[in-house]
Amino acid sequence: MRFLYPIAIIVLIISFFANKTKTWQAIRLAWKKLSSILPRFLTMISILAVISLIFPVDKIGVILNQNSNWLGLMLALGIGSIIFVPGFIAYPLAAVLLENGVPYYIIAGFTTSLMLVGFASLPIEITYFGKKTAILRNISGLVISLLIAIAIGFIYGEF
Amino acid sequence: MKKQNDLLSYLIPALIIGFSLGARFSGFELGERLLTNLGQYLKTLLLLLPPVFILIGLFEVWVPRKTIEKHFGESHGSSAWFWLMLLSATIVGGLYVSLPLAYTLYQKGTRLRLVYGFLGFSTICRIPMTFFEASFLGLKFTLIRYAIALPLIIISAMIIEKMTGEGKGN
Repeated sequence: MRFLYPIAIIVLIISFFANKTKTWQAIRLAWKKLSSILPRFLTMISILAVISLIFPVDKIGVILNQNSNWLGLMLALGIGSIIFVPGFIAYPLAAVLLENGVPYYIIAGFTTSLMLVGFASLPIEITYFGKKTAILRNISGLVISLLIAIAIGFIYGEF
Repeated sequence: MKKQNDLLSYLIPALIIGFSLGARFSGFELGERLLTNLGQYLKTLLLLLPPVFILIGLFEVWVPRKTIEKHFGESHGSSAWFWLMLLSATIVGGLYVSLPLAYTLYQKGTRLRLVYGFLGFSTICRIPMTFFEASFLGLKFTLIRYAIALPLIIISAMIIEKMTGEGKGN
Protein backbone atom coordinates (compact mmCIF):
# COMPACT_ATOMS: atom_id res chain seq x y z
CA MET A 1 0.00 0.00 0.00
CA ARG A 2 3.02 2.26 0.38
CA PHE A 3 3.26 2.63 -3.39
CA LEU A 4 0.14 4.82 -3.36
CA TYR A 5 2.06 7.87 -2.14
CA PRO A 6 4.62 7.77 -4.98
CA ILE A 7 1.84 7.24 -7.54
CA ALA A 8 -0.21 10.15 -6.19
CA ILE A 9 2.86 12.41 -6.07
CA ILE A 10 3.94 11.55 -9.63
CA VAL A 11 0.44 12.15 -11.01
CA LEU A 12 0.26 15.38 -9.00
CA ILE A 13 3.57 16.62 -10.49
CA ILE A 14 2.45 15.79 -14.04
CA SER A 15 -0.82 17.57 -13.40
CA PHE A 16 1.02 20.57 -11.95
CA PHE A 17 3.09 21.00 -15.12
CA ALA A 18 0.01 20.64 -17.27
CA ASN A 19 -2.12 23.14 -15.36
CA LYS A 20 -1.30 24.80 -12.06
CA THR A 21 -4.77 26.18 -11.38
CA LYS A 22 -6.45 22.84 -11.96
CA THR A 23 -3.94 21.10 -9.71
CA TRP A 24 -4.56 23.48 -6.80
CA GLN A 25 -8.26 23.01 -7.40
CA ALA A 26 -7.77 19.23 -7.22
CA ILE A 27 -5.85 19.50 -3.94
CA ARG A 28 -8.51 21.75 -2.41
CA LEU A 29 -11.20 19.35 -3.59
CA ALA A 30 -9.30 16.37 -2.18
CA TRP A 31 -9.06 18.07 1.21
CA LYS A 32 -12.71 19.09 1.17
CA LYS A 33 -13.84 15.56 0.36
CA LEU A 34 -11.49 13.93 2.84
CA SER A 35 -12.29 16.23 5.73
CA SER A 36 -16.04 15.89 5.24
CA ILE A 37 -15.94 12.09 5.46
CA LEU A 38 -13.16 11.84 8.05
CA PRO A 39 -15.47 11.57 11.09
CA ARG A 40 -17.02 8.47 9.51
CA PHE A 41 -13.58 6.96 9.02
CA LEU A 42 -12.81 7.61 12.68
CA THR A 43 -16.10 5.91 13.55
CA MET A 44 -15.07 2.95 11.41
CA ILE A 45 -11.68 2.46 13.07
CA SER A 46 -13.22 2.87 16.53
CA ILE A 47 -15.75 0.14 15.77
CA LEU A 48 -12.97 -2.02 14.30
CA ALA A 49 -10.78 -1.55 17.37
CA VAL A 50 -13.57 -2.91 19.57
CA ILE A 51 -14.47 -5.73 17.16
CA SER A 52 -10.90 -6.96 16.88
CA LEU A 53 -10.70 -6.93 20.66
CA ILE A 54 -13.67 -9.31 20.79
CA PHE A 55 -12.54 -11.41 17.80
CA PRO A 56 -8.74 -11.49 17.64
CA VAL A 57 -7.34 -13.44 14.68
CA ASP A 58 -6.34 -16.49 16.74
CA LYS A 59 -9.83 -16.69 18.26
CA ILE A 60 -11.43 -16.61 14.79
CA GLY A 61 -9.28 -19.62 13.87
CA VAL A 62 -10.48 -21.51 16.95
CA ILE A 63 -14.15 -20.71 16.31
CA LEU A 64 -14.01 -21.80 12.66
CA ASN A 65 -12.04 -24.90 13.60
CA GLN A 66 -14.57 -26.14 16.12
CA ASN A 67 -17.73 -25.94 14.09
CA SER A 68 -18.39 -27.60 10.78
CA ASN A 69 -21.68 -27.96 8.92
CA TRP A 70 -24.32 -25.25 8.82
CA LEU A 71 -23.54 -23.73 12.20
CA GLY A 72 -19.91 -23.38 11.16
CA LEU A 73 -20.92 -21.77 7.88
CA MET A 74 -23.24 -19.31 9.62
CA LEU A 75 -20.50 -18.40 12.10
CA ALA A 76 -18.02 -17.99 9.24
CA LEU A 77 -20.41 -15.66 7.39
CA GLY A 78 -21.22 -13.72 10.55
CA ILE A 79 -17.63 -13.24 11.66
CA GLY A 80 -16.49 -12.48 8.10
CA SER A 81 -19.15 -9.76 7.85
CA ILE A 82 -18.25 -7.86 10.99
CA ILE A 83 -14.47 -8.12 11.27
CA PHE A 84 -11.88 -6.46 9.08
CA VAL A 85 -8.72 -8.39 8.35
CA PRO A 86 -6.49 -7.58 5.36
CA GLY A 87 -5.95 -10.32 2.77
CA PHE A 88 -2.34 -10.95 3.72
CA ILE A 89 -3.51 -12.07 7.17
CA ALA A 90 -6.83 -13.68 6.22
CA TYR A 91 -5.60 -16.04 3.47
CA PRO A 92 -2.63 -17.53 5.35
CA LEU A 93 -5.03 -18.09 8.27
CA ALA A 94 -7.47 -19.77 5.87
CA ALA A 95 -4.67 -22.03 4.57
CA VAL A 96 -3.80 -23.10 8.12
CA LEU A 97 -7.46 -23.83 8.85
CA LEU A 98 -7.68 -25.96 5.69
CA GLU A 99 -4.70 -28.01 6.87
CA ASN A 100 -6.47 -28.52 10.17
CA GLY A 101 -9.40 -30.04 8.34
CA VAL A 102 -11.82 -27.11 8.16
CA PRO A 103 -13.89 -27.68 4.99
CA TYR A 104 -13.52 -25.47 1.93
CA TYR A 105 -17.11 -24.19 2.13
CA ILE A 106 -16.57 -22.70 5.58
CA ILE A 107 -13.32 -21.08 4.41
CA ALA A 108 -15.20 -19.71 1.39
CA GLY A 109 -17.98 -18.30 3.57
CA PHE A 110 -15.43 -16.60 5.78
CA THR A 111 -13.09 -15.09 3.16
CA THR A 112 -15.90 -14.03 0.82
CA SER A 113 -18.09 -12.32 3.40
CA LEU A 114 -14.93 -10.75 4.79
CA MET A 115 -14.50 -8.92 1.48
CA LEU A 116 -18.11 -8.44 0.33
CA VAL A 117 -19.76 -7.31 3.54
CA GLY A 118 -18.48 -4.39 5.58
CA PHE A 119 -20.25 -3.86 8.89
CA ALA A 120 -17.70 -1.35 10.18
CA SER A 121 -17.69 0.67 6.94
CA LEU A 122 -21.52 0.98 7.01
CA PRO A 123 -21.38 4.55 8.46
CA ILE A 124 -19.26 5.58 5.45
CA GLU A 125 -21.46 3.73 2.98
CA ILE A 126 -24.65 5.24 4.45
CA THR A 127 -23.20 8.76 4.26
CA TYR A 128 -22.44 8.33 0.56
CA PHE A 129 -25.35 6.25 -0.71
CA GLY A 130 -28.08 6.38 1.91
CA LYS A 131 -29.32 3.81 4.40
CA LYS A 132 -31.48 1.74 2.10
CA THR A 133 -28.84 1.23 -0.57
CA ALA A 134 -26.10 0.50 1.96
CA ILE A 135 -28.17 -2.12 3.75
CA LEU A 136 -29.38 -3.72 0.50
CA ARG A 137 -25.85 -3.91 -0.88
CA ASN A 138 -24.50 -5.53 2.25
CA ILE A 139 -27.36 -8.03 2.43
CA SER A 140 -26.80 -8.95 -1.22
CA GLY A 141 -23.10 -9.36 -0.42
CA LEU A 142 -24.02 -11.76 2.35
CA VAL A 143 -26.31 -13.75 0.04
CA ILE A 144 -23.63 -13.91 -2.66
CA SER A 145 -21.11 -15.13 -0.05
CA LEU A 146 -23.55 -17.85 1.04
CA LEU A 147 -24.12 -18.97 -2.56
CA ILE A 148 -20.39 -19.08 -3.24
CA ALA A 149 -19.82 -21.13 -0.09
CA ILE A 150 -22.55 -23.61 -1.09
CA ALA A 151 -21.19 -23.93 -4.63
CA ILE A 152 -17.65 -24.45 -3.30
CA GLY A 153 -18.99 -27.12 -0.96
CA PHE A 154 -20.64 -28.99 -3.82
CA ILE A 155 -17.70 -28.68 -6.23
CA TYR A 156 -15.22 -29.90 -3.60
CA GLY A 157 -17.58 -32.75 -2.74
CA GLU A 158 -18.14 -31.69 0.85
CA PHE A 159 -21.94 -31.93 0.92
CA MET B 1 -23.98 12.95 0.23
CA LYS B 2 -25.98 13.56 3.34
CA LYS B 3 -24.99 16.36 5.65
CA GLN B 4 -23.70 14.75 8.76
CA ASN B 5 -24.40 15.80 12.26
CA ASP B 6 -20.92 16.72 13.43
CA LEU B 7 -21.60 16.11 17.09
CA LEU B 8 -23.00 12.65 16.44
CA SER B 9 -20.30 11.59 14.01
CA TYR B 10 -17.58 12.39 16.52
CA LEU B 11 -19.47 10.81 19.40
CA ILE B 12 -18.66 7.14 18.74
CA PRO B 13 -14.91 7.69 18.16
CA ALA B 14 -14.75 10.10 21.12
CA LEU B 15 -16.47 7.59 23.42
CA ILE B 16 -14.27 4.69 22.35
CA ILE B 17 -11.02 6.66 22.41
CA GLY B 18 -11.98 8.22 25.73
CA PHE B 19 -12.83 4.82 27.18
CA SER B 20 -9.54 3.34 25.91
CA LEU B 21 -7.49 6.15 27.42
CA GLY B 22 -9.45 5.96 30.67
CA ALA B 23 -8.93 2.21 30.90
CA ARG B 24 -5.27 2.56 29.98
CA PHE B 25 -4.54 5.07 32.73
CA SER B 26 -6.55 3.18 35.32
CA GLY B 27 -4.18 0.32 34.63
CA PHE B 28 -6.51 -1.99 32.69
CA GLU B 29 -4.80 -4.07 30.03
CA LEU B 30 -7.96 -3.73 27.92
CA GLY B 31 -7.25 -0.03 27.32
CA GLU B 32 -3.74 -0.78 26.14
CA ARG B 33 -5.03 -3.34 23.61
CA LEU B 34 -7.78 -1.01 22.34
CA LEU B 35 -5.25 1.76 21.82
CA THR B 36 -2.90 -0.61 19.97
CA ASN B 37 -5.76 -1.64 17.67
CA LEU B 38 -6.77 1.98 17.11
CA GLY B 39 -3.17 2.91 16.33
CA GLN B 40 -2.85 0.14 13.77
CA TYR B 41 -6.05 1.06 11.95
CA LEU B 42 -5.14 4.74 12.09
CA LYS B 43 -1.80 3.92 10.47
CA THR B 44 -3.59 2.08 7.66
CA LEU B 45 -5.86 5.09 7.09
CA LEU B 46 -2.90 7.47 6.99
CA LEU B 47 -1.16 5.24 4.45
CA LEU B 48 -4.19 5.07 2.19
CA LEU B 49 -6.51 8.04 2.47
CA PRO B 50 -4.33 11.06 1.57
CA PRO B 51 -3.03 9.64 -1.74
CA VAL B 52 -6.43 8.13 -2.59
CA PHE B 53 -8.21 11.46 -2.08
CA ILE B 54 -5.50 13.33 -4.03
CA LEU B 55 -6.11 10.93 -6.94
CA ILE B 56 -9.87 11.42 -6.58
CA GLY B 57 -9.37 15.22 -6.63
CA LEU B 58 -7.26 14.99 -9.78
CA PHE B 59 -9.83 12.71 -11.37
CA GLU B 60 -12.54 15.28 -10.57
CA VAL B 61 -10.78 18.21 -12.23
CA TRP B 62 -9.27 16.40 -15.22
CA VAL B 63 -11.94 13.95 -16.37
CA PRO B 64 -14.82 15.79 -18.03
CA ARG B 65 -18.31 14.89 -16.87
CA LYS B 66 -19.35 14.41 -20.50
CA THR B 67 -16.84 11.59 -21.03
CA ILE B 68 -18.13 9.69 -18.01
CA GLU B 69 -21.76 10.31 -18.93
CA LYS B 70 -21.19 9.08 -22.45
CA HIS B 71 -19.60 5.78 -21.44
CA PHE B 72 -21.10 5.12 -18.01
CA GLY B 73 -24.30 7.15 -18.04
CA GLU B 74 -27.92 6.23 -18.68
CA SER B 75 -27.27 4.56 -22.03
CA HIS B 76 -24.03 2.77 -21.27
CA GLY B 77 -22.99 -0.30 -23.23
CA SER B 78 -22.20 -3.66 -21.68
CA SER B 79 -18.46 -2.96 -21.96
CA ALA B 80 -18.94 -0.38 -19.18
CA TRP B 81 -19.17 -3.27 -16.70
CA PHE B 82 -15.86 -4.61 -18.00
CA TRP B 83 -14.02 -1.30 -17.65
CA LEU B 84 -15.29 -0.82 -14.11
CA MET B 85 -14.16 -4.35 -13.33
CA LEU B 86 -10.66 -3.46 -14.51
CA LEU B 87 -10.71 -0.24 -12.48
CA SER B 88 -11.86 -2.13 -9.39
CA ALA B 89 -8.96 -4.58 -9.74
CA THR B 90 -6.55 -1.74 -8.96
CA ILE B 91 -8.24 -0.88 -5.66
CA VAL B 92 -6.19 -1.45 -2.54
CA GLY B 93 -7.40 -1.68 1.02
CA GLY B 94 -11.06 -2.47 0.69
CA LEU B 95 -14.56 -1.05 0.63
CA TYR B 96 -13.55 2.04 2.54
CA VAL B 97 -11.30 3.00 -0.38
CA SER B 98 -13.74 2.07 -3.16
CA LEU B 99 -16.66 3.91 -1.48
CA PRO B 100 -15.33 7.48 -1.95
CA LEU B 101 -14.22 6.57 -5.46
CA ALA B 102 -17.64 5.10 -6.28
CA TYR B 103 -19.30 8.26 -5.00
CA THR B 104 -17.07 10.37 -7.26
CA LEU B 105 -18.03 8.22 -10.25
CA TYR B 106 -21.68 8.73 -9.34
CA GLN B 107 -21.26 12.50 -9.06
CA LYS B 108 -19.64 12.52 -12.49
CA GLY B 109 -22.75 10.97 -13.99
CA THR B 110 -22.18 7.22 -13.74
CA ARG B 111 -25.43 5.29 -13.69
CA LEU B 112 -26.20 3.90 -10.23
CA ARG B 113 -26.23 0.24 -11.20
CA LEU B 114 -22.70 0.64 -12.55
CA VAL B 115 -21.67 2.36 -9.33
CA TYR B 116 -23.04 -0.55 -7.29
CA GLY B 117 -21.39 -2.95 -9.72
CA PHE B 118 -18.08 -1.20 -9.23
CA LEU B 119 -18.46 -1.47 -5.45
CA GLY B 120 -19.18 -5.17 -5.74
CA PHE B 121 -16.30 -5.78 -8.16
CA SER B 122 -13.92 -3.92 -5.88
CA THR B 123 -14.67 -6.48 -3.17
CA ILE B 124 -13.89 -9.49 -5.36
CA CYS B 125 -11.46 -8.46 -8.13
CA ARG B 126 -8.67 -6.71 -6.24
CA ILE B 127 -5.36 -7.89 -7.69
CA PRO B 128 -3.28 -8.36 -4.50
CA MET B 129 -6.18 -10.13 -2.79
CA THR B 130 -6.68 -12.44 -5.77
CA PHE B 131 -3.00 -13.42 -5.74
CA PHE B 132 -3.08 -14.15 -2.04
CA GLU B 133 -6.21 -16.21 -2.41
CA ALA B 134 -4.97 -18.25 -5.37
CA SER B 135 -1.63 -18.99 -3.75
CA PHE B 136 -3.05 -19.99 -0.37
CA LEU B 137 -6.34 -21.64 -1.34
CA GLY B 138 -5.63 -22.74 -4.90
CA LEU B 139 -6.45 -21.37 -8.34
CA LYS B 140 -9.53 -23.59 -8.61
CA PHE B 141 -11.03 -21.90 -5.53
CA THR B 142 -10.39 -18.45 -6.98
CA LEU B 143 -11.84 -19.34 -10.39
CA ILE B 144 -15.04 -20.76 -8.88
CA ARG B 145 -15.44 -17.66 -6.73
CA TYR B 146 -14.99 -15.35 -9.71
CA ALA B 147 -17.33 -17.38 -11.93
CA ILE B 148 -20.13 -17.19 -9.38
CA ALA B 149 -19.55 -13.73 -7.94
CA LEU B 150 -19.19 -11.68 -11.13
CA PRO B 151 -22.64 -12.37 -12.64
CA LEU B 152 -24.28 -12.17 -9.20
CA ILE B 153 -22.69 -8.76 -8.56
CA ILE B 154 -24.11 -7.46 -11.86
CA ILE B 155 -27.56 -8.92 -11.20
CA SER B 156 -27.67 -7.58 -7.63
CA ALA B 157 -26.49 -4.14 -8.81
CA MET B 158 -29.44 -4.03 -11.23
CA ILE B 159 -31.86 -5.17 -8.53
CA ILE B 160 -30.60 -2.59 -6.02
CA GLU B 161 -30.93 0.15 -8.64
CA LYS B 162 -34.54 -0.91 -9.29
CA MET B 163 -35.37 -1.09 -5.59
CA THR B 164 -33.89 2.27 -4.66
CA GLY B 165 -35.07 4.20 -7.70
CA GLU B 166 -32.78 5.45 -10.43
CA GLY B 167 -31.27 8.90 -10.11
CA LYS B 168 -31.54 9.22 -6.37
CA GLY B 169 -28.63 8.96 -3.98
CA ASN B 170 -30.81 7.67 -1.20
